[in-house]
Amino acid sequence: MEFIKLRNVEKVYPTGVTAIYGLNLDIKKGDFAFIIGASGSGKSTLIKMLYREEKATNGEIIIGGVQVGRLKNRKVYKLRRKLGIVFQDFKLLPRLTAYENVAFALEMYGLPKDEVRMKTLKALDLVGLKEKVKSYPNELSGGEQQRVAIARAIVNAPKLLICDEPTGNLDKKTSLEIMKVLEVINNLGTTVIVVTHDSDIVNKMKKRVILIDQGRVKKDFEKGTYDKNDFTKDEDVQKAFVKNEDGE
Amino acid sequence: MKTFRILVRNIRDGLKNVVRNLSLSFASISCITVTLLLVAVSMIGSLNVENFTKTIRDDFTIVTYMNNELTEDQENEIKAQIQKINNVESITFESKKEIAEQMKEESEVFNNIITSWSDSENPLYDTFKVKVKDSEKISDTAEKIKKIEGIAQVKYGEGMIDSLMTIFNIIEKILIVVVISLVVVTAFLIVNTIKITIFSRQEEVEIKRLVGASNFSIKQPFVIEGLFLGLLGSIVPVLVTIYAYSFFYEKTGGILFSHFIKLVDPYPFVFIISIILVVIGIIVGMFGSSRAVRRYLKI
Ligand SMILES: Nc1ncnc2c1ncn2[C@@H]1O[C@H](COP(=O)(O)OP(=O)(O)O)[C@@H](O)[C@H]1O
Ligand SMILES: [Mg+2]
Repeated sequence: MEFIKLRNVEKVYPTGVTAIYGLNLDIKKGDFAFIIGASGSGKSTLIKMLYREEKATNGEIIIGGVQVGRLKNRKVYKLRRKLGIVFQDFKLLPRLTAYENVAFALEMYGLPKDEVRMKTLKALDLVGLKEKVKSYPNELSGGEQQRVAIARAIVNAPKLLICDEPTGNLDKKTSLEIMKVLEVINNLGTTVIVVTHDSDIVNKMKKRVILIDQGRVKKDFEKGTYDKNDFTKDEDVQKAFVKNEDGE
Repeated sequence: MKTFRILVRNIRDGLKNVVRNLSLSFASISCITVTLLLVAVSMIGSLNVENFTKTIRDDFTIVTYMNNELTEDQENEIKAQIQKINNVESITFESKKEIAEQMKEESEVFNNIITSWSDSENPLYDTFKVKVKDSEKISDTAEKIKKIEGIAQVKYGEGMIDSLMTIFNIIEKILIVVVISLVVVTAFLIVNTIKITIFSRQEEVEIKRLVGASNFSIKQPFVIEGLFLGLLGSIVPVLVTIYAYSFFYEKTGGILFSHFIKLVDPYPFVFIISIILVVIGIIVGMFGSSRAVRRYLKI
């Protein structure tokens, strides 16, 4: 069964820019999917619609049986509690320690202290930050900060983890480590969607790759279909990445 | 239980916001303090005025002066006529001799003058002191008495009371206008304070939204911050009300100028006023912060 289902999704911003055109997409429970595409192709818009930061102008988005587009604004938080979201810029609170940053989410739900503590430590352990629970963000490396952000995203055991260019600020080695963390989380049963610009990573991970071009799904490589030949040999993929390097 | 834990957290956050924004919070708190002090003064003032005008009115008397040539029979006749008037409660007779005696005791000067009069020279009048049942109808009753034959003059303090009331009413209206303007200024300052907090915490709000905090729990700390501003602003006015009024009451023995003007007993009066002040402070604080939240917290 499809965990995420998009049907004829269109997004027109109030400025008149159409970012997504009649997009269809299915992602299965437990999948790990990369979303790639040139800068401005609509990747962020696409995933923003998943966590209902933006509302689709037309079409239907269903996540785990929930019609995301029909959610009332004041009910959006219920969807968010079932998702984890990770960004390029970590979005950690500088005044809080790693532990407090992760616990923050659970405290927002009003969970009892013991439960917060147990889940927070478990999440930090999973991302490999057991030793750094008391460190403040400015005492952590970029990779470590992103791990904290991932721990915060998964602390409530979400069914879906969405990452928008999680390694955009990190070097190659650290990026790969972060991807390994995401893979572990995926192996524990969480569906993972990663927007990325890093062709190396995509190549090494051998997961499903969805190529977005001008608001449409241009190509959809099933997992393993590019095992043998280098996946960046694909002409469309190359174009996507080349544009990126110019643009950013 | 969950709601309670979130509330506790948000109360802590609200307090932290007050402290982090200290200079602005201080401005808001001072403004609330000044406003509430004025509210306290107006309330204490007008409730006291109300209280003593009521007491004055309650034992209000019409003094009826009779023509000097009347015989005792004629005076009794007049008394009977007055008694027939509906609103009259009781009548006491005071002869001009008695009045002269009273006046002698009041001062040395009077004593000298009055002692020099012979009985026939006494220029005072025999009087009836008429107590009325309903002070509202006092002028009507006075008119009726005046029409009775043999009455030289009637006097009652209505004019004095009325002009006193007019003055108090004007003062009260001015105070109301001042208080309302101050409330508006205060609310504006609070809106501004909370706005600054909201802007400085945008990052946190964004993250709260991302991790799935409900809109209500995101707004709560800011509204609570306003509540605290109001609460802190009411501390000084409450203390002033309790201590200053009790002190004033003790110093004056509860009586101002003459035995007519009795002050309201301080207890539980000051506590009731204090509760009202705290409630007003909290309402103004929460009103300001709710406005700021509605206007500046985009969620
Ligand atoms: N909030 C917005 N308002 C108006 N236009 C937007 C907004 N966000 C993105 N866009 C436009 O939508 C298109 C897709 O943007 P985006 O989804 O951010 O692309 P990507 O993440 O692939 O770089 C771009 O043309 C961009 O200018
Ligand atoms: Mg983007």
